[in-house]
Amino acid sequence: MSEFSCSVLGCVTPSVGDERDYELGDYEGPVARWCPGCGDHSVLTAVERLLVAEQLKPEQTVFVSGIGCSSRFPHYLKTYGFHGIHGRALPVATGIKLHRPDLTVFVVMGDGDCCSIGAAHWVHAIRYNTQMVAMLLDNSIYGLTKKQTSPTTPQGFKTNTQPTGSFLPPLNPLSTMLGTTNVSFVAQTAEWIPAHLYATLRAAYQHRGLAFVRILQRCPMYTQSIYERAVKDPSLVELLVHDDGVVVPELDAIYRGRLAHNPSDLNAARALADDGERIRLGVFFRDEARPRYDEIRRAHKVSTTERIALLDQELDKYAV
Amino acid sequence: MAVPTTAWPETSNAASCTVLTPPEHTLEIVSDSGEGAQKCGQIFGAVSAKMGNGVWTVEIIPAEIQPPPRTPEGASGNRIRVGSRAITNWGDAVDLVVAFNEQVLLSRHRLGALAPNAIVLVESLWASHPNPEIQAAWTKAMAELSTTGYRIIQVPMEEQCLTIDDNPRKGKNMFALGLLAWIYNRDLTRIEEQIAYAFRKKSEDVYQRNVGLLRLGCSWAEANLDFRIDVAPAASDRALVVMNGNEALALGALASGMELCAMYPITPATSVSHFLADVFEKFGGVLHQAEDEIAAAGVAIGASYAGKVAFTVTSGPGLALKTEFIGLAIMTETPLVVIDVQRGGPSTGLPTKVEQSDLLAALFAQPGDAPRIVIAPATIEDCFHSVITARRLAEAFRTVVIVLSDANLATGVQPFPRPQLRAEWQGAEPDLTPVAPGTRPYAWDARLGTSKRIIPGQPGGMFTVTGLSHDENSKVAYGSGVHQRATAMRSRKLAVLQQMLTPPEVNGRADGELLIVGWGSTKGAIEEAVERARAAGLSVSSLHLSFLSPLEPGLAEIFRRFRKVMTVEINYSDDPADPFITPENRRRGQLAWILRAETLVDVDCWTRVPGEPLRPGVILDVIRRTLAPREQEAAS
Repeated sequence: MSEFSCSVLGCVTPSVGDERDYELGDYEGPVARWCPGCGDHSVLTAVERLLVAEQLKPEQTVFVSGIGCSSRFPHYLKTYGFHGIHGRALPVATGIKLHRPDLTVFVVMGDGDCCSIGAAHWVHAIRYNTQMVAMLLDNSIYGLTKKQTSPTTPQGFKTNTQPTGSFLPPLNPLSTMLGTTNVSFVAQTAEWIPAHLYATLRAAYQHRGLAFVRILQRCPMYTQSIYERAVKDPSLVELLVHDDGVVVPELDAIYRGRLAHNPSDLNAARALADDGERIRLGVFFRDEARPRYDEIRRAHKVSTTERIALLDQELDKYAV
Repeated sequence: MAVPTTAWPETSNAASCTVLTPPEHTLEIVSDSGEGAQKCGQIFGAVSAKMGNGVWTVEIIPAEIQPPPRTPEGASGNRIRVGSRAITNWGDAVDLVVAFNEQVLLSRHRLGALAPNAIVLVESLWASHPNPEIQAAWTKAMAELSTTGYRIIQVPMEEQCLTIDDNPRKGKNMFALGLLAWIYNRDLTRIEEQIAYAFRKKSEDVYQRNVGLLRLGCSWAEANLDFRIDVAPAASDRALVVMNGNEALALGALASGMELCAMYPITPATSVSHFLADVFEKFGGVLHQAEDEIAAAGVAIGASYAGKVAFTVTSGPGLALKTEFIGLAIMTETPLVVIDVQRGGPSTGLPTKVEQSDLLAALFAQPGDAPRIVIAPATIEDCFHSVITARRLAEAFRTVVIVLSDANLATGVQPFPRPQLRAEWQGAEPDLTPVAPGTRPYAWDARLGTSKRIIPGQPGGMFTVTGLSHDENSKVAYGSGVHQRATAMRSRKLAVLQQMLTPPEVNGRADGELLIVGWGSTKGAIEEAVERARAAGLSVSSLHLSFLSPLEPGLAEIFRRFRKVMTVEINYSDDPADPFITPENRRRGQLAWILRAETLVDVDCWTRVPGEPLRPGVILDVIRRTLAPREQEAAS
């Protein structure tokens, strides 16, 4: 894949054949400076496992993030990283992928980042369906700026900007995405179930198209309470199971609430996402046949000489 | 499609026909929106250029797509100034106008667009229109126009068109083109080639119908008009191309080797993307229409970060939206080219009309210290080359380069020497060679502030760029020393570039009473005014700046050789005579503001925001008034 793309791009030198096996240490960056107990740590661990499992070349991998606690993510890896501005990770990632299809791109966003200030980009990224993994690290609060209501904050939850409790029902990111044209992969997992988290990220990575994973998280400072019951009582969690979804045999003994759901069934996925009764984890929807913008817009390589000849032809049209 | 060739009619009613031979002539064609006056004007301008005339065209555009018909504010069309020498601006007044109804004619008259002795060719249909209100409007307008010195000729355009076409509203523009072709002795073969190109996506039938109307207009003029106008071609032995500024920007982007343009539709910048949409893929490029202006900047930055420099094209409101991303590109030292085709502002302002009021926004709009390069093309030819320069500077200095074009250049058409394309304009392919161990992503040269870019795909170079304050390793660092040094490094690059530039050349004497300083599309009008003033014995020179950030060197020294320095700009400044205005609180033109700060010279300004290009005659009056007290002093 990368060799093909390199020839397409006409790179000066293809990356030298570093064929050795990559180990955890090849990906691990400096010690993460998130609070102890923050869900971001679990996600970072799962991602590092994924990188090892898929043997992704660090130099061919880019993590793009916005602004917020979780957006520090790229700094803690030894791949390439782009820590940009609030809400705008998806356009940057789209630009990278359009120009450099040979790179593997991951996007890391928080709930304020993705679902509030970046909502326009979010909806359109779903429709572009560009090949990459997008992770929504959703702890239902603005943490970095110290406890303001986010779009996914539960109704009634008290924050510094809505001290009498969040006024409105929270936005449902799954329903939003499943209602968006050309959606191709939507999954939900939880930071406190590492095996499910890892399996879901791996399924997302292997998807062809934009694989969007919402990761339910607790902020140990501000929203520790919101999933407390579910953390303690696995019966409150229902796993969506299917051969085309996520299968995690080691969870069988603990998570007995299971629902067979075929991820190709969009209507069923929407119904499951809309129903707020239970916490459902797994792949809600996947369809690899959906058009991919990066594939449709794939540029072909044109040499300097060819470009000059073509440009001369264009200038002929304007010749006096 | 095979292009039929047509010989110019040999016979003419020469006996009764006067041939005028002015060194230049300015004409307009105006209609309701949708009647095709613009297409007619564009073809006339292109053919005149191809026949060797100096040409400048300006579009007359209403803000709406389909404003109500027969209203003065709905006037749509084109002004074409043709000459026997290079023409650099739209001139002062119109010598000949073709109007499809008396209301659009009235609009041009009331705006003072027409010369006192202008020749007017107006559609006569309305005089005998069945609707009495329309007849009354015609009579009233004609009464108003009769007080002028215009020579008004009524032309039965629709009546004539109906003899060969049942929908004259769609073909009147070609009939009018025929009139103009006969009057100005234009080459019909070339016109037919242009018609074939303009209708290349339509059927052969459409082409034939248009050519039929063209020839009809021609014959009518020959049979009925008693004058012709012969503007001799300009002498030029160089191969020329003729195009508008937005086409030149797009071609410049292709020549620069950039492979990704991300944009969002905005007037008057959008036609750059229309051009690219047709050809960019052939060049290995991607034109991405983003979901908004912000995303367009983000996609361009992402692409630039990962390889070749990318660009985004916008106008004022879009520039405002892109501000945060531009700051990120400056902070992360990600090269980026931003083309801003300026229009009137603030806010939505004057979407289709020219203004030069984004200068300060281009230079300073940003929280924190965010130095960036700003350049401004002054001609259509500059539009082409400015993008190539911008790409090279963005790459060499790892920063943002803003190109300030404007609505006047965007739609203005002018011939210029055909560029001799060069491979080095295109820049190198992405360097994916391994990075030596220990190489820092911001290995700033302590003197120059420059550093070599590492891009994804380079083994051993892995790092995370960040908009947070960072050290040479791109590690987030809030220490005061680190921030001071990194800020200095980003700033130093501008000083280095400034020292690489040469002092600008003064147009005219290097010293004297008055120096007019301008930037951008006003160059042609300013220089024409200054030349006319000098011919009248006035001591005035002009200076035109291409670099606005950093400014070209040596300005203070140049300024000191003149008794007075004054900018002429299309942006707002307080009139010193207005109530409450004092030298202390007067808000000055945007370039004047910069020049005063940078040179400590008491630079004055004369600026206007009329929503149209400046006229050389108006600038000449300003020069006369500015120098008048001194002349009186000298006389006494």
